[in-house]
Amino acid sequence: MAAGRLTAWLSRSSGLGRGGMIGGRVTLALDPLALRRLGRERTVVLVTGTNGKTTTSLMLTRALEALAEVAANSDGSNMPDGVLAALTARPDAPYAVLEVDETYVPWVAEQVQPAVLVLLNLSRDQLDRVGEVRATERELRAAIAALPGTVVVANCDDVLVASAASAAAKPVWVSTGRRWTGDSTACPRCEGRVETRDGHWGCACGLVRPEPGWTLEGDLVRTPGGRQVDLDLRLPGDANRANAAVALAAAHRLGVPPHTAAARLRTISDIGGRYRTIRRSRHSVRLMLAKNPAGWVETLRVLDEDTPVVVAVNANEADGRDLSWLWDVHFERLRGRQVVVTGERGADLAVRLCYAEVAHWTEPDPVAAIDALPPGGVELVANYTAFRELTGRLSGA
Amino acid sequence: MRDSVVHIGLLLPELLGTYGDTGNAQVLCKRLRWRGFDAEVVPVGLGGPVPSSLDIYLLGGGEDRAQVLAAAHLRKYPGLRRAAACGAVVFGVCAGLQLLGTRFRGLDGVDHDGLGLLDVTTEPGARRSVAELVATSPGLPAEEPLTGFENHLGLSKLGAGSEPLGQVVRGTGNGDGTEGAVTDRVVGTYLHGPALARNPALADLLLAWTAGHPLGPLSLPEVDRLRQERLVAPRRRRTS
Repeated sequence: MAAGRLTAWLSRSSGLGRGGMIGGRVTLALDPLALRRLGRERTVVLVTGTNGKTTTSLMLTRALEALAEVAANSDGSNMPDGVLAALTARPDAPYAVLEVDETYVPWVAEQVQPAVLVLLNLSRDQLDRVGEVRATERELRAAIAALPGTVVVANCDDVLVASAASAAAKPVWVSTGRRWTGDSTACPRCEGRVETRDGHWGCACGLVRPEPGWTLEGDLVRTPGGRQVDLDLRLPGDANRANAAVALAAAHRLGVPPHTAAARLRTISDIGGRYRTIRRSRHSVRLMLAKNPAGWVETLRVLDEDTPVVVAVNANEADGRDLSWLWDVHFERLRGRQVVVTGERGADLAVRLCYAEVAHWTEPDPVAAIDALPPGGVELVANYTAFRELTGRLSGA
Repeated sequence: MRDSVVHIGLLLPELLGTYGDTGNAQVLCKRLRWRGFDAEVVPVGLGGPVPSSLDIYLLGGGEDRAQVLAAAHLRKYPGLRRAAACGAVVFGVCAGLQLLGTRFRGLDGVDHDGLGLLDVTTEPGARRSVAELVATSPGLPAEEPLTGFENHLGLSKLGAGSEPLGQVVRGTGNGDGTEGAVTDRVVGTYLHGPALARNPALADLLLAWTAGHPLGPLSLPEVDRLRQERLVAPRRRRTS
């Protein structure tokens, strides 16, 4: 292990990259059973889903720190390498909260045999890399069926999640609501039509919305015991309240009382720079990440109405090379605002906005795009690598 | 355009809406409206029959099982085939292309009947083609190249009843150097992007067929810039 940790330190200190990934890769090469050994020595929570993994993992980490030290890949390195690096960095932590890329959950879960698996939501994302979300659901369902000792905490309002988590012996269902339904109008089991009424959903084949034990109602979470917990988060939006509700349920399962957990969640004000406001000489820029249609549904609801918006789009490998998904985002809602298009693939977004009849102008450099706006607030929304690049540049400024 | 409103059918978006191809409907609708025509997008879902009264029918990409169900639905309700026989314009992308053909083989090795509107048969290839796709387009005014993003396993063979839409310059397309298929006013392609956003000349060709005459020019600098960017040879990108 020492060699792996040293490499991570070298990578960090030389500024070459994110230490997490490189450290993990070396260790895996040294010891293929490392993940299994490091994972099974402690209580592991895996967090997966298309959106909200990093946020929910940080929430759970904060909550479980009420009990003891927690190992976590809070930098968002959610491939097996990053997971291993997180465990290696804190070999003595009795708990681990690990966010895992949806497609790697079956493999990672088999190695670490998690105490809890958190399943947030499933929707289309990076079709060129991840593939179709319905195939991901089937793989997760099979993986969950092979984890009889794992408690699955899952969102019962998401049809694909409910289908996958129903394979668990005793799932803990959390109702968080849902706004993106684009991937579940057809049933994941039989492709029949999923009918939705008053927040309930069901298909004629028998797949129906499970009854939740935990329910998010506005800013309150109702526990299975009927208690109400105020969230009062510093993070904005319903998506974060949904993440918090799931985090409370999972933390409760491991012995953290909901009120204690909620108080600890309130200490979180940004997640790896997301939602953080950066003050520059003429602008205060709020940073937001949106990298797929479902994420954009939430982001469009959080954007401040009277503030100019800068949207940065890249299409590197980690973003997905195919930007067709921009056409699944209801950008029409940006009409009437000041909108600046930027990023390596700003041209793709500009065409989308043109057809959405959203007035905009283009500035290829994201920082120049901000600087060109009149003084005041700026809402900056970027996808994955665009966001990473920008937080680096803006924080360094 | 039997009446003054052009009806653009978006077929089975719940099954064939996975790859952003619903944008094709929006592109056609806006390109008509901006030229002073009335146009309307009509989503046609799984819930009922397929109308035969629409002017344009659009089918997008979807996954394997969804494609089988979509083909079954469109064979059960004859609206699309009837409309095509009467000269309606049909445009299918990826799974849409495959199910417009005579036959396609699923991942399970089972052959399924398509709609037979294109003389195309499809079988799974050895590996998925996931990349930018560029093809020539002899049928388009000024022969502007076609560009888009392909993401498919299936390889398609054309029979005598269909012509290729173009020849592949970069990427896989049908798998034999050709890309897409055309029979009368039925067009299939492997181009996502969506195809009609990335290829306005193709969009306007479909609209000209519908209108019965070419439409006036429509200049969108954003589209020109995107085409310019996507048609240059791929640059080496930083890996991330």
